[in-house]
Amino acid sequence: MEVQLRDPKVVMKLSKLGCFHQSKLSFLRSFLNEFKDWKYNRDLFDLDENGFGNVVYSFKKKNRTYSLLCFANKIHDEERSDRVIATKWDAAFVLYDGMPTKLDLDRLSVNVPKQEGGRVSYKELTLSRANKSVRVFDYVVKSLSNGAQPDKKLLFKVGYLYRTTAVYGSGKFGLADRFRIENRDEINGPFRLEMMLVYLVRQFTFDQVNHIAKSKNPRKAIELDREICRNLGIGNSTGLGMAPFIVNHPTLLNNWIFAKEAVLKKIREIKFVDNKDFKLFKDCLKKSLTNIPSWTTDSEFQKKKIKELKTDLEKFSDYLNHILNPKVNNLFNEIYVWCENNLRDECIEYIISLMMEPYDELVKPMTNTMNSDEEKYFDIPSNRTIQDLRNLLENNYSDILKIDFSIKESNKNFWFISKNKEEPRLADRYLQNGSELEQPLAIARDIKKLYEKISNEKNSSTVGMFLVSNDELRHVIRRVFIIEKFPYAEIQDNTIGSNLMPIDMLRLKLSFFGANKFDPRSDKWLRICMFQGAPLPNELKSFDDQWIYNSLN
Amino acid sequence: MKSYSEIDTTVKRASKAIGFSWGVSEEIGKNIRLLEMLGIPGFRNLNSYFKVYNKQKFQKISLISKQNSSPTPYCPISAGVNFLNQLTHMEELKDISFNNIAYPILFIPFISRASYISGKKIILKIDEKVFLLNFNQSIYSNYSTDKILEKSNIINIQFLENTNLFSEDEWKELYKLSEDTFVEESDELKQKTAGAGLTDND
Repeated sequence: MEVQLRDPKVVMKLSKLGCFHQSKLSFLRSFLNEFKDWKYNRDLFDLDENGFGNVVYSFKKKNRTYSLLCFANKIHDEERSDRVIATKWDAAFVLYDGMPTKLDLDRLSVNVPKQEGGRVSYKELTLSRANKSVRVFDYVVKSLSNGAQPDKKLLFKVGYLYRTTAVYGSGKFGLADRFRIENRDEINGPFRLEMMLVYLVRQFTFDQVNHIAKSKNPRKAIELDREICRNLGIGNSTGLGMAPFIVNHPTLLNNWIFAKEAVLKKIREIKFVDNKDFKLFKDCLKKSLTNIPSWTTDSEFQKKKIKELKTDLEKFSDYLNHILNPKVNNLFNEIYVWCENNLRDECIEYIISLMMEPYDELVKPMTNTMNSDEEKYFDIPSNRTIQDLRNLLENNYSDILKIDFSIKESNKNFWFISKNKEEPRLADRYLQNGSELEQPLAIARDIKKLYEKISNEKNSSTVGMFLVSNDELRHVIRRVFIIEKFPYAEIQDNTIGSNLMPIDMLRLKLSFFGANKFDPRSDKWLRICMFQGAPLPNELKSFDDQWIYNSLN
Repeated sequence: MKSYSEIDTTVKRASKAIGFSWGVSEEIGKNIRLLEMLGIPGFRNLNSYFKVYNKQKFQKISLISKQNSSPTPYCPISAGVNFLNQLTHMEELKDISFNNIAYPILFIPFISRASYISGKKIILKIDEKVFLLNFNQSIYSNYSTDKILEKSNIINIQFLENTNLFSEDEWKELYKLSEDTFVEESDELKQKTAGAGLTDND
């Protein structure tokens, strides 16, 4: 039985993308699998009694070493902000290519704590900073220094001791360009070094909290229980900075989504599902039913989503236990079709993630296809005809061409880059200044403009000749020819309309990172948790691959 | 040192700010990145060009013909973008010349990319300076300086046919030597070591 890939016009709607969940394809999970046989070490631990100073961790294998340099500094409470406009943080981090010398440490100890205000070099790979979750961190220090483990309920509700507020890579602020490291096998998945940084930062938070507790009360202090550590992740505050990324990297976006869709297709095509595979799927579902209630948020938007997910998962569980015939051929296709007919997107996408769990052999090869050589698809085939262009527009953008951009609501927002922090922002075109400096992220509007503009052009005329007098549309013409080869390259929605929910764009990207516990603080930023439940660095050699579904206890 | 990614992004934004469209600005960003990676001072030349871009007049060429001449210096970016737009026609013309292109270093990466897209090596001459553009993989030149080049008198572009740089005799000589790695086939080897039979008329 051959199953078709899901239609990009359905999958690539923002409301659908905003329902994506972590899966076996997620970058933090593929990072753990890739680095499980690397040697982990804490190479330097030089903190004072308050936990300020320098720490270095490393992963080594054969001749390759990656080191995380941590710089912990004192800041005042009023200086602690998750916003990108902050200039001081509790700790700053950089991932170094190799083992740093004393000179490197000195250089980086000056620059890394300044983050955007400092400079790093091609020897550095990723850069980040993080703030303490003050209420949790101080409480844990106090408990440990008094010889008691902290209350797990409070701990797991927050889920972490520190929150990162930005993670930079790929040439930012002088970091190594991607091309310098792209041929390394161990980092052939996207964002793998960013994941390594975040993962080692998590270990730093445990080591620092233990150290401070011990310094406070050397006789009585105990270390944070390993089980508790395992059930803590690292938090992250994410704003609009992430949203333009998925518009600006169409082939990369395609490769992420295509990997998911291709795996789903293959799973649905399995004629005879092995009992043990089906059992693993059901086990993950069972664990999810107890894990999901730990996802808490004050956001009404997210509360509704979590409620829908819980209700639908219960409905699905009932179907699985009482209605489904597990002996039917193409069992997962049967399940998928039932889900499509009976459940909402939040749950459908969750179940797709569950379906992947038993199938390492289908997932692993796809994790290696999730990068993209974007330069390869940059050139516009100027010899193609207007007829070709029109056909591509009508076939691949049919829903977008139906949007009426003559009405105000369709044009309400504009994307711009703030002068202060060089970060993307979203504003109301009719109420706020700056729309004349709009970023080229209104793809739907410009695609429609292109379609209207070619309506009077001769079919046999070339795209190149059209461009001679219409170069303001060059950026979208390039995209039309990209989507011809990469069907999931484009968001099939209006990214400037009045009903835009920017956090849908963030959620899409974060789901591929492997984040969970989405906690929107507005429609423009959210907090998440990464690596909660993940093995600790010295447990990587052998761990439960389904750790992410384990409930915290 | 600035990373190439920073160069690309900054150039793209600066190009938009000076008045180019986003699509063209993307091209300029990639071009300057390419020049810098290949050791040609693209950033410096662009910066110098943008300082005069809105003060002086530059001719924006639309349709390119075999010989192009203008009393007002041509904008190297407009000339480059339109060279790519009309690449099929440019290939047919084979030899194209421009009189008076300003800041000609900025024109080079467009032609380098034309070499990749057309699958043909291109010789680009900027007055006495010669550049061999190899499928956008490398640029071989007798010109090596980090200076700003503000003008050119004559630029000539020549598409090279895909031919080898060696003679048939030279090929035969090396090929013959390569045969010394082969095993002479006996009748037995012919029978037993190949996949198909000696006759396959079924």
